[in-house]
Amino acid sequence: MMRANFLVAGVGGQGTLLAADLIALAGVAAGLDVKKSEVHGMAQRGGSVISQVRWAEEVFSPLIPQGEVDYLLAFERLEALRYTHWLRPGGVALINDYRIPPLVVSAGLMPYPGEEVQAAAFASANRVLVPAMALAQQAGSARVNNVVLIGALARFLPIGATVWEEVIRRRVPERTTAMNLEAFHQGWAYIDERGLGWNGA
Amino acid sequence: MKQLLSGNQALARGAWEAGVAVAAGYPGTPSTEILETLAPMPGVYAEWSPNEKVALDVAIGAAYAGQRAMAVMKHVGLNVAADALFYAAMTGLEAGLVIAVADDPGMHSSQGEQDSRRYAKFARVPCLEPSDSQEAKKMVGLAFALSEAFDTPVMVRLTTRISHSSSLVTLGPDRPLEANSTPRPYRIDAPKYVMVPAYARQRHPVMEERIVRLAEYANTLEVNRLEWGDRRLGIVSCGVAYQYAREVFPGASFLRLGMTYPIPARLVAEFAQGVERLIVLEELDPFLEEEIRLLGIPCEGKSIFPAVGEFTPEQVRDCAQRAGLLPVSPEPRAAPIANLPPRPPVLCPGCPHRPVYITLRKLKVVVNGDIGCYTLGFAPPLSAVHSTGCMGASIGVAHGVAKAGITQKNVAVIGDSTFLHAGIPALLNIAYNGGKTVTIILDNRTTAMTGHQDHPGTGHTLQGQPAPPVHLETLVRALGIRYVATVDPYDLETLERTLRAYLEIDEPAVLIASRPCALLPEVRFKRAPMAVRAEACLGCGLCLSLGCPALSQSATHQAQNGRPVAEIDPLLCAGCGICQQLCPAQAVSPQEGEEVRR
Ligand SMILES: Cc1ncc(C[n+]2csc(CCOP(=O)(O)OP(=O)(O)O)c2C)c(N)n1
Repeated sequence: MMRANFLVAGVGGQGTLLAADLIALAGVAAGLDVKKSEVHGMAQRGGSVISQVRWAEEVFSPLIPQGEVDYLLAFERLEALRYTHWLRPGGVALINDYRIPPLVVSAGLMPYPGEEVQAAAFASANRVLVPAMALAQQAGSARVNNVVLIGALARFLPIGATVWEEVIRRRVPERTTAMNLEAFHQGWAYIDERGLGWNGA
Repeated sequence: MKQLLSGNQALARGAWEAGVAVAAGYPGTPSTEILETLAPMPGVYAEWSPNEKVALDVAIGAAYAGQRAMAVMKHVGLNVAADALFYAAMTGLEAGLVIAVADDPGMHSSQGEQDSRRYAKFARVPCLEPSDSQEAKKMVGLAFALSEAFDTPVMVRLTTRISHSSSLVTLGPDRPLEANSTPRPYRIDAPKYVMVPAYARQRHPVMEERIVRLAEYANTLEVNRLEWGDRRLGIVSCGVAYQYAREVFPGASFLRLGMTYPIPARLVAEFAQGVERLIVLEELDPFLEEEIRLLGIPCEGKSIFPAVGEFTPEQVRDCAQRAGLLPVSPEPRAAPIANLPPRPPVLCPGCPHRPVYITLRKLKVVVNGDIGCYTLGFAPPLSAVHSTGCMGASIGVAHGVAKAGITQKNVAVIGDSTFLHAGIPALLNIAYNGGKTVTIILDNRTTAMTGHQDHPGTGHTLQGQPAPPVHLETLVRALGIRYVATVDPYDLETLERTLRAYLEIDEPAVLIASRPCALLPEVRFKRAPMAVRAEACLGCGLCLSLGCPALSQSATHQAQNGRPVAEIDPLLCAGCGICQQLCPAQAVSPQEGEEVRR
């Protein structure tokens, strides 16, 4: 029986809620017990936001205990850093190679963390930077970068692409289905071409 | 078929399956999606009322008329509705009345984190608490049944983590379409429903006796469950805390209370006798702990676990280890990276509230603020909100400040939804009592903070019916205010001129800053994003003082003075043009043809 904990991190408004929905629905489609937890309201206004999804035979807590995240899906580089300590050793971090400077940075009061900080932070995890904005633009719009990341994540999990495609079809507005499916495949292919992801073992 | 539903969605579904006929509420995180889910379901009348007190009165009326009814609100909404809660607890009802209230431990989106179970006890009404979505659905049905069996309102208490967590739910059968369609005669019973002192004196004993019977009945309720495991540790828990207990203490014995007021005395005693160490795990107040102690049963709770904030599984584990309930983990957990730049919530790019705040900041007035997205104007670099308490407080507080007298000028700032919720009587008070305060209504044509709900000013109801939009100017004049103006906040010059004029006159005045929320679908992505011409930018930083997330310092430096040049992220920019109006060098202009990219 498979179990996995997913943490989706981003900036309010980036589409983290949809991404978490897709992960949760894919778990259900795979016959697992699933819990998903997210925060609505004030935090959604451009602040740091996270959603959590758990797959297992039976899930109790909707919140993942710190240090037990298997997959960190980060929509922005600084937001990835904020949750490194949630990853278990050997966990996978898939990070959108995109920076949104928070106000303290835009105002010049604090620096945006440099490359060294970013690399060191993930020393005990597998970090993959995904150019999700560019790949999303190839799929038709930068706005589907969330589904690019889902495609990248899906390549790490032993659930077939068709299950994910079905879930995407059910969940996104019909007029954006084609674009979202294309985004999913861009993400999937990005991991696949690099020989990363689940190897069937 | 099992469906993944949030606690809020499941509660709505449960209410529908249980035959709710009328539901009323006011938006408030984390409760909002309950009514939004219920509204499109067939055979239900659902409304956004202007505030929670009105909503509860409406639900009570429906229950007096013999139909199952529900009122929905967040915890602080119950403060507003408290007056109604208490009389309904006295009178009882003709059909089931459920009050769904969502607490917000950890204050993800609230001004406080009070524990609503105290209200249940205060008003002597039973309180049910689900631990997941399936239970949220089931417990509404139970709540309606209890309400009718015991002639009492019943509270169903959720918390953020139950409301906004999704888990699998088995749906019950769809309800028959004809349910509740026939009107019934209104049953007249003055001694029960007219709470004059003589009758109220007769009802109070009924209320006290009822809760005693409910406490007895609680011992037989299936939602109060004994789960025997290792008898060395017995944990009494409820709500989401029960899930953490199951996660952190596998194998222990549990008493899961689905009804947390009144508690089942015999069940608790049996559990206490069966275990060596009795622990209570509950978020926020030591409510169960106190109730159990009142039974004369010793237990531990808040001496081990915190009474403030939201629990997390690792925090429960840490506390348990410190108290010797669990062996200490060999490895310490990894620490977060220190000193990362924080990212608090901010006003969105294009937010029509922002220009009002930069104007107030410029005029150096004291701002008595209110609750909504616009509260975010308190944060640097705007720093233009100086008090915020509860909904509607701005106008009364500003009037009090002015009557007390201060050396600066002060204004009240309030959102449109908030003004209609609790601002009208306060503005009437200023007009009536010779106040001179200037009130600014931030009219963004929606209830933005909670996710764009309609209100009496928007022209639509919760169920999508057209409604006469209240005309704010006319309403304000009718209260006795003579100086009223509506301005477009994107027009910085008119905004400042009007505000300056109003601050000088010797009468109360109201400025309505009217412009739809930049996230509303009808305006979103409709304006071309702005761009900075790097060669023209002086690097003065004036635009950065707007606190707009789309603006930042670029890596390019100005040739003469070496200052970093500003840049605009076209994916974030809403094209409001406030920075364009502010720029002393005309370095900002719209980037035509950019919309398509977004
Ligand atoms: C008594 C009470 N009910 C509900 C809420 C939740 N809430 C916070 S702000 C707000 C409405 C804000 O709408 P508006 O005044 O129009 O301001 P906007 O967010 O649109 O700027 C609501 C419903 C609350 N804090 N207190």
